[in-house]
Amino acid sequence: MSLRSPLGLAKGLGSAKEGLHHWWAQRVTAIALIPLTVLFAFQVALLSMSDYKTVIECIGSPWSAALIVSLIVAAFYHAALGMQVIYEDYIGHKAVRIGAIMATNLLLFLLGAAGVIAVVRIALGG
Amino acid sequence: MNSNNRPLSPHLDIYKLPLSALLSIVHRGTGAFLSIGSIVLVWWLMALAGGEEAFVSAQAFMGSFFGRLILLGWSFALFFHLANGIRHLIWDAGYGFDKAVVEKSSLVVLAAAVFLTASVWVTALLFATGA
Repeated sequence: MSLRSPLGLAKGLGSAKEGLHHWWAQRVTAIALIPLTVLFAFQVALLSMSDYKTVIECIGSPWSAALIVSLIVAAFYHAALGMQVIYEDYIGHKAVRIGAIMATNLLLFLLGAAGVIAVVRIALGG
Repeated sequence: MNSNNRPLSPHLDIYKLPLSALLSIVHRGTGAFLSIGSIVLVWWLMALAGGEEAFVSAQAFMGSFFGRLILLGWSFALFFHLANGIRHLIWDAGYGFDKAVVEKSSLVVLAAAVFLTASVWVTALLFATGA
């Protein structure tokens, strides 16, 4: 018995075979984000009353900066994958859907790049 | 295509969502909210990278009533998405699908989200260095 719909058979289009990578990358980034977000949240909480110099030194110390850059990369990748699924579920119009996914990817990339540049500058004391 | 015999979705206007269904859509909602909220993270890091003056004004805004309100919503959304995300990973591994277990784990997720949010705020308000 075939589970393919009559429409699917008629159009002859099947899976693009790329779904697994999307699904898997979403899980890998999710697992990475568990410790990274908790660490960062408590780090920022502990620094909430500190002066500029203390915050710069703490956030910019090598391990801290490496962890925050990892957090940014994982978080924005995770966000892009998640937003794509939301658009795919709710936007029926193909061109609008593709446009929304593309615009979101570009915007999240820009934000992620800005975050990384900021952390690098803090770490290198520019 | 004729699809008369296909199963119908619950009629959302009159259907009382079970807690697990409510948490499911909230997971998606918090995910979208956090994607937009990532602007706050980048803005804060940019202020810190931009020098003392930019950082002091960013901290002043974050410390204001409105700033704290945003951070409260932000932190709860983060910890809810984190706790429910861990439940999703457990489901992905094939465990915890029994109805009774799902009902219990929904409550665990909510409790964990509240506990983590409260912990981070207690840390910020009571144990912050230089307070």
